[in-house]
Amino acid sequence: MSEMRYEAPKTVEAAVALLAGASGTLRVLAGGTDLLVQMKSGRVDPTLVVDVKGIPEMTTIAVENGGFRFGAAVPAMTLHEHAAFSKAWPGLTEAAMLIGSYQIKGRASVGGNLCNASPAADSVPALIAAGATATIAGPNGRREVKVEDIATGPGKTSLGKGEIVVSFFLPARPAHSGDAYLRFIPRTEMDIAVVGAGINLTLDASGKCTAARVCIGAVAERALLVPDAAKALVGTTVDAAAIEKMGAACSAAAKPIDDKRGTKVYRTKVCGVMAKRAAAIALNRAKGAN
Amino acid sequence: MAKQHVMTTINDNAVEFLCDMHQTMLDVLRDELHMMGTKEGCGTGDCGACTINVNGRMACSCLMLGAEAQGKTITTVEGIAQSDKLHTLQRKFIEHAALQCGICTPGMLVAAKTLLDKNKNPTEEEVRYWLAGNLCRCTGYNAIVTAVLDAAKEMRGA
Ligand SMILES: Cc1cc2nc3c(=O)[nH]c(=O)nc-3n(C[C@H](O)[C@H](O)[C@H](O)COP(=O)(O)OP(=O)(O)OC[C@H]3O[C@@H](n4cnc5c(N)ncnc54)[C@H](O)[C@@H]3O)c2cc1C
Ligand code: FES
Ligand code: FES
Repeated sequence: MSEMRYEAPKTVEAAVALLAGASGTLRVLAGGTDLLVQMKSGRVDPTLVVDVKGIPEMTTIAVENGGFRFGAAVPAMTLHEHAAFSKAWPGLTEAAMLIGSYQIKGRASVGGNLCNASPAADSVPALIAAGATATIAGPNGRREVKVEDIATGPGKTSLGKGEIVVSFFLPARPAHSGDAYLRFIPRTEMDIAVVGAGINLTLDASGKCTAARVCIGAVAERALLVPDAAKALVGTTVDAAAIEKMGAACSAAAKPIDDKRGTKVYRTKVCGVMAKRAAAIALNRAKGAN
Repeated sequence: MAKQHVMTTINDNAVEFLCDMHQTMLDVLRDELHMMGTKEGCGTGDCGACTINVNGRMACSCLMLGAEAQGKTITTVEGIAQSDKLHTLQRKFIEHAALQCGICTPGMLVAAKTLLDKNKNPTEEEVRYWLAGNLCRCTGYNAIVTAVLDAAKEMRGA
Protein backbone atom coordinates (compact mmCIF):
# COMPACT_ATOMS: atom_id res chain seq x y z
CA MET A 1 0.00 0.00 0.00
CA SER A 2 1.18 3.49 -0.83
CA GLU A 3 1.32 6.38 1.56
CA MET A 4 -2.05 8.00 1.07
CA ARG A 5 -3.11 11.60 1.57
CA TYR A 6 -6.71 12.42 2.42
CA GLU A 7 -8.04 15.90 1.70
CA ALA A 8 -11.53 17.32 2.16
CA PRO A 9 -11.59 20.68 0.34
CA LYS A 10 -14.55 23.06 0.61
CA THR A 11 -14.61 24.31 -2.99
CA VAL A 12 -14.43 22.78 -6.46
CA GLU A 13 -11.48 25.02 -7.30
CA ALA A 14 -9.54 23.74 -4.29
CA ALA A 15 -10.35 20.13 -5.24
CA VAL A 16 -9.18 20.70 -8.81
CA ALA A 17 -5.98 22.38 -7.60
CA LEU A 18 -5.22 19.41 -5.34
CA LEU A 19 -5.74 16.91 -8.16
CA ALA A 20 -3.94 18.97 -10.81
CA GLY A 21 -0.96 19.55 -8.53
CA ALA A 22 -0.41 15.95 -7.46
CA SER A 23 1.14 12.94 -9.15
CA GLY A 24 0.53 9.24 -8.60
CA THR A 25 -2.84 7.55 -8.36
CA LEU A 26 -5.44 10.22 -7.64
CA ARG A 27 -9.07 9.56 -6.77
CA VAL A 28 -12.12 11.63 -6.02
CA LEU A 29 -14.09 10.21 -3.08
CA ALA A 30 -17.86 10.66 -3.11
CA GLY A 31 -19.84 7.91 -1.37
CA GLY A 32 -16.91 5.51 -1.51
CA THR A 33 -19.15 2.55 -2.27
CA ASP A 34 -17.05 1.65 -5.31
CA LEU A 35 -13.75 3.25 -4.35
CA LEU A 36 -13.42 1.68 -0.88
CA VAL A 37 -14.19 -1.76 -2.28
CA GLN A 38 -11.50 -1.26 -4.93
CA MET A 39 -8.96 0.03 -2.41
CA LYS A 40 -9.55 -2.89 -0.08
CA SER A 41 -9.17 -5.47 -2.83
CA GLY A 42 -5.93 -3.80 -3.89
CA ARG A 43 -7.29 -2.97 -7.34
CA VAL A 44 -6.68 0.74 -6.68
CA ASP A 45 -3.89 2.07 -4.46
CA PRO A 46 -4.37 5.84 -4.36
CA THR A 47 -1.70 8.29 -3.24
CA LEU A 48 -4.29 11.08 -2.91
CA VAL A 49 -7.98 10.83 -2.10
CA VAL A 50 -10.02 14.03 -2.44
CA ASP A 51 -13.29 13.79 -0.52
CA VAL A 52 -15.78 16.09 -2.27
CA LYS A 53 -18.67 15.69 0.19
CA GLY A 54 -17.77 18.96 1.93
CA ILE A 55 -18.27 20.98 -1.27
CA PRO A 56 -21.72 22.61 -1.22
CA GLU A 57 -22.31 22.76 -5.01
CA MET A 58 -21.51 19.04 -5.26
CA THR A 59 -23.96 18.04 -2.54
CA THR A 60 -27.06 20.15 -3.17
CA ILE A 61 -30.14 20.02 -5.39
CA ALA A 62 -31.33 23.35 -6.80
CA VAL A 63 -33.90 24.65 -9.28
CA GLU A 64 -32.22 26.30 -12.28
CA ASN A 65 -34.00 27.76 -15.35
CA GLY A 66 -37.07 25.75 -14.50
CA GLY A 67 -35.04 22.53 -14.43
CA PHE A 68 -32.89 20.93 -11.76
CA ARG A 69 -29.19 21.03 -11.04
CA PHE A 70 -27.91 18.45 -8.59
CA GLY A 71 -24.42 17.91 -7.25
CA ALA A 72 -22.49 14.91 -8.55
CA ALA A 73 -21.96 13.71 -4.95
CA VAL A 74 -25.62 13.91 -3.87
CA PRO A 75 -26.54 10.47 -2.52
CA ALA A 76 -29.39 8.49 -4.12
CA MET A 77 -31.39 8.75 -0.90
CA THR A 78 -31.30 12.56 -1.01
CA LEU A 79 -32.66 12.60 -4.58
CA HIS A 80 -35.43 10.27 -3.45
CA GLU A 81 -36.32 12.39 -0.43
CA HIS A 82 -36.49 15.60 -2.51
CA ALA A 83 -40.22 15.68 -3.27
CA ALA A 84 -40.11 18.02 -6.29
CA PHE A 85 -37.12 16.29 -7.85
CA SER A 86 -38.46 12.78 -7.50
CA LYS A 87 -41.85 13.89 -8.82
CA ALA A 88 -40.31 15.48 -11.94
CA TRP A 89 -37.88 12.61 -12.59
CA PRO A 90 -39.35 9.43 -11.08
CA GLY A 91 -37.46 7.18 -13.50
CA LEU A 92 -34.06 8.65 -12.71
CA THR A 93 -34.86 8.64 -9.00
CA GLU A 94 -35.89 4.99 -9.11
CA ALA A 95 -32.76 4.10 -11.07
CA ALA A 96 -30.55 5.72 -8.42
CA MET A 97 -32.58 4.02 -5.69
CA LEU A 98 -31.81 0.61 -7.21
CA ILE A 99 -28.18 1.05 -6.15
CA GLY A 100 -27.50 -1.41 -3.34
CA SER A 101 -29.09 -1.54 0.09
CA TYR A 102 -30.34 1.46 2.08
CA GLN A 103 -26.88 1.62 3.66
CA ILE A 104 -25.41 2.03 0.16
CA LYS A 105 -28.12 4.40 -1.16
CA GLY A 106 -27.40 6.79 1.72
CA ARG A 107 -23.87 7.32 0.37
CA ALA A 108 -23.82 6.24 -3.30
CA SER A 109 -23.92 9.16 -5.73
CA VAL A 110 -24.89 9.45 -9.39
CA GLY A 111 -21.49 11.07 -10.08
CA GLY A 112 -19.72 8.06 -8.59
CA ASN A 113 -21.98 5.67 -10.49
CA LEU A 114 -21.09 7.46 -13.74
CA CYS A 115 -17.36 7.98 -13.13
CA ASN A 116 -16.80 4.43 -11.90
CA ALA A 117 -17.85 3.60 -15.46
CA SER A 118 -19.31 0.16 -14.94
CA PRO A 119 -21.33 -0.79 -18.05
CA ALA A 120 -24.06 -1.99 -15.65
CA ALA A 121 -24.33 1.26 -13.62
CA ASP A 122 -28.04 1.69 -12.96
CA SER A 123 -28.46 5.46 -12.83
CA VAL A 124 -26.53 6.11 -16.05
CA PRO A 125 -29.06 4.96 -18.70
CA ALA A 126 -31.77 6.92 -16.88
CA LEU A 127 -29.56 10.01 -16.69
CA ILE A 128 -28.70 9.79 -20.39
CA ALA A 129 -32.34 9.21 -21.34
CA ALA A 130 -33.23 12.30 -19.30
CA GLY A 131 -30.96 14.36 -21.55
CA ALA A 132 -28.77 15.43 -18.66
CA THR A 133 -25.60 17.44 -19.14
CA ALA A 134 -22.68 17.48 -16.73
CA THR A 135 -20.57 20.40 -15.59
CA ILE A 136 -16.93 19.34 -15.47
CA ALA A 137 -14.30 21.43 -13.70
CA GLY A 138 -10.60 21.11 -14.36
CA PRO A 139 -7.35 23.06 -14.38
CA ASN A 140 -8.53 24.92 -17.52
CA GLY A 141 -11.89 25.95 -16.09
CA ARG A 142 -15.33 24.52 -16.57
CA ARG A 143 -17.04 22.82 -19.49
CA GLU A 144 -20.51 21.38 -20.15
CA VAL A 145 -20.73 17.93 -21.69
CA LYS A 146 -23.50 15.49 -22.48
CA VAL A 147 -23.56 12.65 -19.97
CA GLU A 148 -23.31 10.05 -22.79
CA ASP A 149 -19.85 11.42 -23.62
CA ILE A 150 -18.33 10.75 -20.18
CA ALA A 151 -17.99 6.97 -19.71
CA THR A 152 -15.99 5.46 -22.58
CA GLY A 153 -15.62 1.83 -21.51
CA PRO A 154 -15.39 -0.35 -18.39
CA GLY A 155 -13.60 1.75 -15.76
CA LYS A 156 -12.72 4.45 -18.31
CA THR A 157 -13.95 8.03 -18.74
CA SER A 158 -13.18 11.00 -20.97
CA LEU A 159 -12.20 13.11 -17.94
CA GLY A 160 -8.72 14.65 -18.18
CA LYS A 161 -6.16 14.92 -15.38
CA GLY A 162 -7.48 17.00 -12.51
CA GLU A 163 -11.03 17.03 -13.88
CA ILE A 164 -14.07 16.28 -11.74
CA VAL A 165 -17.76 16.12 -12.46
CA VAL A 166 -19.31 18.92 -10.40
CA SER A 167 -23.02 18.62 -11.10
CA PHE A 168 -25.72 17.48 -13.49
CA PHE A 169 -28.33 19.66 -15.15
CA LEU A 170 -31.77 18.38 -16.13
CA PRO A 171 -33.73 20.73 -18.37
CA ALA A 172 -37.20 22.05 -17.55
CA ARG A 173 -39.86 19.43 -18.05
CA PRO A 174 -42.47 20.10 -20.79
CA ALA A 175 -46.06 19.15 -19.91
CA HIS A 176 -46.96 15.48 -20.56
CA SER A 177 -43.47 14.10 -19.97
CA GLY A 178 -42.52 10.86 -18.26
CA ASP A 179 -39.42 8.80 -17.60
CA ALA A 180 -38.77 5.26 -16.40
CA TYR A 181 -35.89 2.88 -15.81
CA LEU A 182 -36.07 -0.88 -15.42
CA ARG A 183 -33.32 -3.41 -14.95
CA PHE A 184 -33.37 -7.17 -15.01
CA ILE A 185 -31.72 -9.02 -12.13
CA PRO A 186 -32.30 -12.64 -11.08
CA ARG A 187 -33.45 -11.62 -7.59
CA THR A 188 -35.45 -8.74 -6.15
CA GLU A 189 -32.72 -6.72 -4.40
CA MET A 190 -28.96 -6.21 -4.21
CA ASP A 191 -27.71 -7.42 -7.56
CA ILE A 192 -25.96 -6.11 -10.66
CA ALA A 193 -28.04 -5.42 -13.77
CA VAL A 194 -28.03 -8.11 -16.44
CA VAL A 195 -29.62 -5.48 -18.67
CA GLY A 196 -31.16 -2.08 -17.98
CA ALA A 197 -33.27 0.34 -20.02
CA GLY A 198 -34.09 4.00 -19.46
CA ILE A 199 -36.76 5.91 -21.40
CA ASN A 200 -37.82 9.53 -21.35
CA LEU A 201 -40.63 10.83 -23.53
CA THR A 202 -42.89 13.83 -24.09
CA LEU A 203 -46.39 13.85 -25.62
CA ASP A 204 -48.35 16.75 -27.12
CA ALA A 205 -51.88 17.59 -25.98
CA SER A 206 -53.34 15.04 -28.40
CA GLY A 207 -51.15 12.26 -27.00
CA LYS A 208 -48.67 12.13 -29.86
CA CYS A 209 -45.02 11.62 -28.91
CA THR A 210 -42.96 14.70 -29.77
CA ALA A 211 -39.64 13.73 -28.22
CA ALA A 212 -38.05 10.56 -26.86
CA ARG A 213 -34.70 9.30 -25.65
CA VAL A 214 -33.93 5.64 -25.07
CA CYS A 215 -30.75 4.34 -23.43
CA ILE A 216 -29.81 0.74 -22.67
CA GLY A 217 -27.32 -0.49 -20.07
CA ALA A 218 -25.17 -3.59 -19.47
CA VAL A 219 -25.35 -4.61 -23.13
CA ALA A 220 -22.19 -2.89 -24.37
CA GLU A 221 -18.93 -1.47 -23.00
CA ARG A 222 -20.94 1.54 -21.77
CA ALA A 223 -24.56 2.71 -21.69
CA LEU A 224 -25.86 3.12 -25.25
CA LEU A 225 -28.18 5.85 -26.46
CA VAL A 226 -30.36 4.28 -29.18
CA PRO A 227 -31.58 6.95 -31.63
CA ASP A 228 -33.45 4.35 -33.74
CA ALA A 229 -35.47 3.33 -30.69
CA ALA A 230 -36.41 6.95 -30.04
CA LYS A 231 -37.36 7.40 -33.71
CA ALA A 232 -39.74 4.46 -33.46
CA LEU A 233 -41.73 6.38 -30.82
CA VAL A 234 -41.67 9.97 -32.09
CA GLY A 235 -44.76 10.87 -34.14
CA THR A 236 -46.78 7.93 -32.80
CA THR A 237 -49.21 7.68 -29.90
CA VAL A 238 -46.77 5.17 -28.38
CA ASP A 239 -49.18 2.38 -29.29
CA ALA A 240 -48.33 -1.32 -29.16
CA ALA A 241 -46.81 -1.32 -32.65
CA ALA A 242 -44.53 1.63 -31.89
CA ILE A 243 -43.42 0.07 -28.62
CA GLU A 244 -42.71 -3.22 -30.40
CA LYS A 245 -40.57 -1.43 -33.00
CA MET A 246 -38.74 0.49 -30.27
CA GLY A 247 -37.92 -2.75 -28.40
CA ALA A 248 -36.64 -4.33 -31.60
CA ALA A 249 -34.38 -1.31 -32.19
CA CYS A 250 -32.92 -1.76 -28.69
CA SER A 251 -32.21 -5.43 -29.30
CA ALA A 252 -30.63 -4.56 -32.65
CA ALA A 253 -28.35 -1.97 -31.01
CA ALA A 254 -27.25 -4.22 -28.14
CA LYS A 255 -23.69 -5.55 -28.30
CA PRO A 256 -23.53 -7.60 -25.11
CA ILE A 257 -20.96 -10.09 -23.89
CA ASP A 258 -21.51 -13.57 -22.49
CA ASP A 259 -20.79 -13.79 -18.80
CA LYS A 260 -22.03 -15.55 -15.68
CA ARG A 261 -24.98 -13.15 -15.45
CA GLY A 262 -26.34 -13.79 -18.91
CA THR A 263 -25.57 -14.89 -22.43
CA LYS A 264 -25.43 -12.61 -25.47
CA VAL A 265 -28.63 -14.06 -26.88
CA TYR A 266 -30.46 -13.67 -23.59
CA ARG A 267 -29.29 -10.11 -23.00
CA THR A 268 -30.15 -9.06 -26.53
CA LYS A 269 -33.71 -10.29 -26.16
CA VAL A 270 -34.28 -9.11 -22.59
CA CYS A 271 -32.99 -5.60 -23.27
CA GLY A 272 -35.83 -5.18 -25.78
CA VAL A 273 -38.30 -6.54 -23.23
CA MET A 274 -37.11 -4.18 -20.48
CA ALA A 275 -37.22 -1.22 -22.87
CA LYS A 276 -40.82 -2.05 -23.85
CA ARG A 277 -41.91 -2.32 -20.23
CA ALA A 278 -40.12 0.90 -19.32
CA ALA A 279 -41.79 2.67 -22.26
CA ALA A 280 -45.21 1.62 -20.98
CA ILE A 281 -44.41 3.08 -17.55
CA ALA A 282 -42.99 6.30 -19.01
CA LEU A 283 -46.11 6.63 -21.18
CA ASN A 284 -48.41 6.31 -18.18
CA ARG A 285 -46.41 8.92 -16.35
CA ALA A 286 -46.52 11.27 -19.33
CA LYS A 287 -50.29 10.90 -19.33
CA GLY A 288 -50.32 12.07 -15.73
CA ALA A 289 -50.57 8.81 -13.86
CA ASN A 290 -47.51 9.57 -11.75
CA MET B 1 2.90 6.85 7.94
CA ALA B 2 1.29 10.19 8.73
CA LYS B 3 -1.76 9.89 10.93
CA GLN B 4 -4.92 11.92 10.65
CA HIS B 5 -6.33 13.65 13.72
CA VAL B 6 -10.13 13.37 13.75
CA MET B 7 -12.69 14.98 16.06
CA THR B 8 -16.15 13.53 15.97
CA THR B 9 -19.20 12.69 18.08
CA ILE B 10 -19.97 9.06 18.82
CA ASN B 11 -23.04 8.11 20.84
CA ASP B 12 -23.35 11.67 22.18
CA ASN B 13 -19.71 11.79 23.34
CA ALA B 14 -17.06 14.02 21.82
CA VAL B 15 -14.35 11.66 20.59
CA GLU B 16 -10.88 12.34 19.21
CA PHE B 17 -8.69 9.79 17.53
CA LEU B 18 -5.64 9.38 15.34
CA CYS B 19 -6.03 7.09 12.39
CA ASP B 20 -4.02 5.74 9.56
CA MET B 21 -5.32 7.01 6.19
CA HIS B 22 -6.26 3.52 5.05
CA GLN B 23 -8.25 2.68 8.16
CA THR B 24 -11.98 2.42 7.70
CA MET B 25 -14.41 3.70 10.31
CA LEU B 26 -14.99 0.06 11.21
CA ASP B 27 -11.24 -0.38 11.85
CA VAL B 28 -11.22 2.81 13.94
CA LEU B 29 -14.19 1.74 16.06
CA ARG B 30 -12.82 -1.70 16.79
CA ASP B 31 -9.02 -1.27 16.74
CA GLU B 32 -8.52 2.32 17.93
CA LEU B 33 -11.57 3.01 20.09
CA HIS B 34 -12.04 -0.59 21.25
CA MET B 35 -15.77 -0.43 20.65
CA MET B 36 -16.36 -4.03 19.64
CA GLY B 37 -20.14 -3.83 19.18
CA THR B 38 -19.88 -3.09 15.47
CA LYS B 39 -19.03 -6.30 13.59
CA GLU B 40 -17.23 -7.08 10.37
CA GLY B 41 -18.85 -9.61 8.07
CA CYS B 42 -17.87 -9.15 4.45
CA GLY B 43 -15.88 -5.91 4.46
CA THR B 44 -17.35 -5.03 1.06
CA GLY B 45 -20.73 -3.42 1.77
CA ASP B 46 -22.81 -6.53 1.18
CA CYS B 47 -23.76 -7.84 4.62
CA GLY B 48 -24.63 -4.83 6.82
CA ALA B 49 -23.00 -6.26 9.98
CA CYS B 50 -20.92 -3.08 10.26
CA THR B 51 -23.91 -0.70 9.98
CA ILE B 52 -23.61 2.58 11.89
CA ASN B 53 -25.66 5.77 11.73
CA VAL B 54 -23.84 8.83 10.38
CA ASN B 55 -25.67 12.16 10.53
CA GLY B 56 -29.04 10.40 10.56
CA ARG B 57 -28.32 8.01 7.69
CA MET B 58 -27.16 4.45 8.05
CA ALA B 59 -23.92 3.49 6.38
CA CYS B 60 -21.58 0.52 6.14
CA SER B 61 -18.65 1.52 8.34
CA CYS B 62 -16.47 -0.86 6.32
CA LEU B 63 -16.91 1.45 3.29
CA MET B 64 -16.18 4.72 5.11
CA LEU B 65 -12.73 6.05 5.89
CA GLY B 66 -12.01 6.89 9.51
CA ALA B 67 -10.89 10.32 8.32
CA GLU B 68 -14.42 10.96 7.02
CA ALA B 69 -15.78 10.97 10.59
CA GLN B 70 -14.45 14.51 11.13
CA GLY B 71 -17.31 16.69 12.40
CA LYS B 72 -19.94 13.96 12.04
CA THR B 73 -22.51 12.67 14.51
CA ILE B 74 -22.31 8.90 14.72
CA THR B 75 -24.40 6.30 16.52
CA THR B 76 -23.23 2.73 16.95
CA VAL B 77 -24.98 -0.19 18.61
CA GLU B 78 -23.37 0.85 21.92
CA GLY B 79 -25.44 4.05 21.77
CA ILE B 80 -28.82 2.36 21.49
CA ALA B 81 -29.44 1.36 25.13
CA GLN B 82 -30.03 4.15 27.65
CA SER B 83 -27.26 3.37 30.18
CA ASP B 84 -28.23 -0.05 31.56
CA LYS B 85 -31.77 0.06 30.25
CA LEU B 86 -32.21 -1.84 26.99
CA HIS B 87 -33.90 -0.07 24.07
CA THR B 88 -37.32 -1.46 23.14
CA LEU B 89 -35.82 -2.90 19.97
CA GLN B 90 -33.21 -4.79 21.97
CA ARG B 91 -35.84 -6.12 24.36
CA LYS B 92 -38.04 -7.24 21.48
CA PHE B 93 -35.12 -8.96 19.74
CA ILE B 94 -34.62 -11.03 22.90
CA GLU B 95 -38.36 -11.67 23.41
CA HIS B 96 -38.85 -12.88 19.82
CA ALA B 97 -35.56 -14.81 19.68
CA ALA B 98 -34.49 -12.61 16.77
CA LEU B 99 -30.85 -13.61 17.18
CA GLN B 100 -28.86 -16.79 17.38
CA CYS B 101 -25.13 -16.31 16.84
CA GLY B 102 -25.57 -12.54 17.13
CA ILE B 103 -23.07 -11.42 14.48
CA CYS B 104 -25.72 -9.61 12.46
CA THR B 105 -27.54 -8.19 15.49
CA PRO B 106 -25.68 -4.88 16.07
CA GLY B 107 -26.14 -3.95 12.40
CA MET B 108 -29.77 -5.05 12.47
CA LEU B 109 -30.44 -2.93 15.56
CA VAL B 110 -28.80 0.20 14.15
CA ALA B 111 -30.65 -0.26 10.85
CA ALA B 112 -34.00 -0.91 12.55
CA LYS B 113 -33.56 2.10 14.83
CA THR B 114 -32.74 4.32 11.84
CA LEU B 115 -35.99 3.18 10.23
CA LEU B 116 -38.13 3.73 13.33
CA ASP B 117 -36.57 7.15 13.93
CA LYS B 118 -38.27 8.35 10.75
CA ASN B 119 -41.12 5.93 10.23
CA LYS B 120 -43.02 5.09 13.41
CA ASN B 121 -45.42 2.73 11.69
CA PRO B 122 -43.66 0.76 8.95
CA THR B 123 -45.38 -2.05 7.11
CA GLU B 124 -43.88 -5.53 7.08
CA GLU B 125 -42.84 -4.95 3.48
CA GLU B 126 -41.10 -1.70 4.39
CA VAL B 127 -39.21 -3.43 7.20
CA ARG B 128 -38.12 -6.24 4.89
CA TYR B 129 -36.88 -3.85 2.19
CA TRP B 130 -35.21 -1.60 4.74
CA LEU B 131 -33.27 -4.56 6.15
CA ALA B 132 -32.42 -6.04 2.73
CA GLY B 133 -28.80 -4.98 3.21
CA ASN B 134 -28.50 -6.78 6.55
CA LEU B 135 -27.78 -10.46 6.06
CA CYS B 136 -28.50 -13.07 8.73
CA ARG B 137 -27.29 -16.63 8.32
CA CYS B 138 -29.15 -17.96 11.37
CA THR B 139 -32.67 -16.75 11.99
CA GLY B 140 -34.42 -16.86 8.64
CA TYR B 141 -35.41 -13.20 9.19
CA ASN B 142 -39.01 -13.76 10.31
CA ALA B 143 -38.24 -13.32 14.00
CA ILE B 144 -36.26 -10.16 13.22
CA VAL B 145 -39.08 -8.62 11.21
CA THR B 146 -41.59 -9.56 13.92
CA ALA B 147 -39.38 -8.01 16.61
CA VAL B 148 -39.03 -4.75 14.69
CA LEU B 149 -42.78 -4.51 14.02
CA ASP B 150 -43.57 -5.34 17.66
CA ALA B 151 -41.05 -2.76 18.92
CA ALA B 152 -42.58 -0.13 16.62
CA LYS B 153 -46.00 -0.97 17.99
CA GLU B 154 -44.90 -0.67 21.61
CA MET B 155 -43.01 2.57 20.90
CA ARG B 156 -46.16 4.06 19.36
CA GLY B 157 -47.92 3.14 22.59
CA ALA B 158 -50.36 0.97 20.66
C1 LIG C 1 -23.24 -3.69 -1.79
C2 LIG C 1 -23.19 -2.87 -3.03
C3 LIG C 1 -24.24 -2.91 -3.93
C4 LIG C 1 -24.22 -2.13 -5.10
N1 LIG C 1 -25.28 -2.19 -5.95
C5 LIG C 1 -25.27 -1.46 -7.09
C6 LIG C 1 -26.39 -1.51 -7.98
O1 LIG C 1 -27.39 -2.19 -7.74
N2 LIG C 1 -26.33 -0.75 -9.12
C7 LIG C 1 -25.25 0.03 -9.41
O2 LIG C 1 -25.26 0.71 -10.44
N3 LIG C 1 -24.18 0.10 -8.58
C8 LIG C 1 -24.17 -0.63 -7.43
N4 LIG C 1 -23.08 -0.58 -6.58
C9 LIG C 1 -21.91 0.21 -6.95
C10 LIG C 1 -21.84 1.63 -6.34
O3 LIG C 1 -22.58 1.70 -5.14
C11 LIG C 1 -22.36 2.70 -7.32
O4 LIG C 1 -21.62 2.68 -8.50
C12 LIG C 1 -22.34 4.10 -6.70
O5 LIG C 1 -23.19 4.96 -7.43
C13 LIG C 1 -20.97 4.75 -6.63
O6 LIG C 1 -21.10 6.04 -6.09
P1 LIG C 1 -20.13 6.58 -4.94
O7 LIG C 1 -20.58 7.96 -4.65
O8 LIG C 1 -20.11 5.64 -3.79
O9 LIG C 1 -18.74 6.56 -5.71
P2 LIG C 1 -17.25 6.46 -5.19
O10 LIG C 1 -16.95 5.09 -4.75
O11 LIG C 1 -16.96 7.55 -4.24
O12 LIG C 1 -16.51 6.76 -6.57
C14 LIG C 1 -16.56 5.86 -7.66
C15 LIG C 1 -15.51 6.24 -8.71
O13 LIG C 1 -15.87 7.46 -9.35
C16 LIG C 1 -14.91 8.48 -9.10
N5 LIG C 1 -15.69 9.68 -8.82
C17 LIG C 1 -16.69 9.80 -7.89
N6 LIG C 1 -17.27 11.02 -7.96
C18 LIG C 1 -16.62 11.69 -8.95
C19 LIG C 1 -16.76 13.00 -9.48
N7 LIG C 1 -17.70 13.84 -9.04
N8 LIG C 1 -15.93 13.39 -10.48
C20 LIG C 1 -14.98 12.52 -10.95
N9 LIG C 1 -14.80 11.27 -10.48
C21 LIG C 1 -15.61 10.85 -9.50
C22 LIG C 1 -14.08 7.99 -7.93
O14 LIG C 1 -12.78 8.50 -7.96
C23 LIG C 1 -14.12 6.49 -8.13
O15 LIG C 1 -13.19 6.10 -9.08
C24 LIG C 1 -23.09 -1.32 -5.38
C25 LIG C 1 -22.03 -1.26 -4.46
C26 LIG C 1 -22.07 -2.02 -3.29
C27 LIG C 1 -20.93 -1.95 -2.33
S1 FES D 1 -18.78 -5.76 6.91
FE1 FES D 1 -19.53 -3.90 6.11
S2 FES D 1 -21.19 -4.56 4.94
FE2 FES D 1 -20.30 -6.45 5.54
S1 FES E 1 -28.07 -14.33 14.25
FE1 FES E 1 -26.41 -15.29 13.29
S2 FES E 1 -26.21 -14.10 11.50
FE2 FES E 1 -28.02 -13.34 12.34
